[in-house]
Amino acid sequence: MPKKISNRITEHPILTFSKGKLVKFYFEGKEIEGYEGEPIAAALIANGVKVFRVTEKMKRARGFFCAVGKCSSCLMTVNSIPNVMVCVEPLKQGMKVERQIGRGKLI
Amino acid sequence: MLADFRSALIHLNLRLSAFFLIISHLSMPASVLSYNMKQSDLTSDILIIGGGPAGLSAGAVAAELGAKVIILDDNPVVGGQLIKQTHKFFGSKSHYCGVRGIDIARILETKITHPNITMMCDASAIGYYEDNVIGVVQGEKFTKLHAPKIIFATGAAENMIAFPNNDLPGVYGAGAVQTLMNVHGIRPGRRALMVGSGNIGLIVSYQMIQAGIEVVALIEAMDRIGGYNVHAAKLQRLGVPILISHTVKYATGKDFVTGAVIVKVNKKWQPIKGTEKKLKVDMICLAVGLTPLSELLYQAGCKIVYVPDLGGNVAWHDKNMQTSIPGIYVAGDASGIEEASTAMLEGRIAGAAAYQSLKGVNLQAQEIIKLSKTELDQIRQGPFGTRPRLGKEKLSALKI
Ligand SMILES: Cc1cc2nc3c(=O)[nH]c(=O)nc-3n(C[C@H](O)[C@H](O)[C@H](O)COP(=O)(O)OP(=O)(O)OC[C@H]3O[C@@H](n4cnc5c(N)ncnc54)[C@H](O)[C@@H]3O)c2cc1C
Repeated sequence: MPKKISNRITEHPILTFSKGKLVKFYFEGKEIEGYEGEPIAAALIANGVKVFRVTEKMKRARGFFCAVGKCSSCLMTVNSIPNVMVCVEPLKQGMKVERQIGRGKLI
Repeated sequence: MLADFRSALIHLNLRLSAFFLIISHLSMPASVLSYNMKQSDLTSDILIIGGGPAGLSAGAVAAELGAKVIILDDNPVVGGQLIKQTHKFFGSKSHYCGVRGIDIARILETKITHPNITMMCDASAIGYYEDNVIGVVQGEKFTKLHAPKIIFATGAAENMIAFPNNDLPGVYGAGAVQTLMNVHGIRPGRRALMVGSGNIGLIVSYQMIQAGIEVVALIEAMDRIGGYNVHAAKLQRLGVPILISHTVKYATGKDFVTGAVIVKVNKKWQPIKGTEKKLKVDMICLAVGLTPLSELLYQAGCKIVYVPDLGGNVAWHDKNMQTSIPGIYVAGDASGIEEASTAMLEGRIAGAAAYQSLKGVNLQAQEIIKLSKTELDQIRQGPFGTRPRLGKEKLSALKI
């Protein structure tokens, strides 16, 4: 496992983690790595990214919260599509992931 | 708060799907519209929402008896809460006590291989429509499922507590921390404050240590530890301070959590001035209770009652797990927060009862119901069975 991905658990007394292949994707234009098929949010947190979006009115930072696609805290813009729940959306090679500022246009 | 978010989302989803259904039928006469709304894409005898211990047990029993069953779960793998539990379970021998949660999930998985069962994963039930039609979203696809009998085994959502900055990234529910750590192998932070000393708070603290996260402190507002002593002792041996009569005053940080200020509380849970302590943490993990997921049951029109001993609003149900609407059943944490063994037993009762109401009286089904009820009674006689027992008694006493 590459050293620069630091939040990954490499040793665990009970669990082993089977992952897809290592792929490159972009966060705010910067190339980073994650494993194919894991939630985009997991790959971001593994890379130390905590702020996923900024709220419309109060400009508050939002990040990972429920982990199961229920709470909408983690909405980001993925491949120009806004409001993607990155805690459940599987990571694919080459995805362009951006922080969402405000609501993001629906149509 | 999570529950609120969730119901808001379900409502939004419903409105959106109803909207799309309407626009896709605009050119047709009204009668066709209502006909199509009712017509389902897939039918079975029994439809089970939720693939945790309750739903899987219900499905296994009903299929074995001879019913065609569909089980839905919104996760990619079955097992519900169990897929995140690395510890050996408490409970009775006949319910896999001493076996790790993750392994119980695999055992349950082998019990749903019956040809009568169709398992749908990554499938969210987002709404209940008239005539027992359930709207299901699987990826980009919307499907309507129908069954004369429906069992809701949706489990529970985590509770939230109010304090300034509780919306900062770095404040997580214990379930989210478990998902990230035990399912995806990623640490959400390095130094954690755990809030809540029930079994979940104690166990997830231990799991964080296993994942290499330092647990700086575990705090509890009550003046005693809520969960089992064995779990608390394990943490104390590892040097985790457990501070009773303490709560979070606020979190610090601008874009994410950089610390937490905790404070002592009196018997009335009011903060005592001058007792504040600042902790340097990058995550705050909340394990402050669960609330049954009753939204779909509410939408179906089932009678909902507020029973604090069961964790909040639950669908009223009889001893066969049938709600106030004949043909709609509830089982597991969705019917009152309890444990995996009771979820499995309630699932078995619901599965057998739903089968009988569809196909008539059956000796084997009766036997399953009888045995499961006896075991439930035994478990609820135990020290941690008091609240669920009182809660269920309260339901029985209500006239519906
Ligand atoms: C940290 C922790 C430790 C625990 N330790 C123990 C222990 O040692 N012993 C013990 O007996 N119990 C333990 N429990 C409790 C036990 O895990 C639960 O009581 C049990 O899992 C409840 O089972 P269930 O089937 O009712 O719900 P769940 O296991 O929560 O399963 C419900 C499933 O339904 C799915 N779902 C919900 N809504 C929908 C929808 N609309 N569409 C599709 N799918 C949906 C959910 O995603 C989930 O997969 C523990 C729980 C936790 C959190």
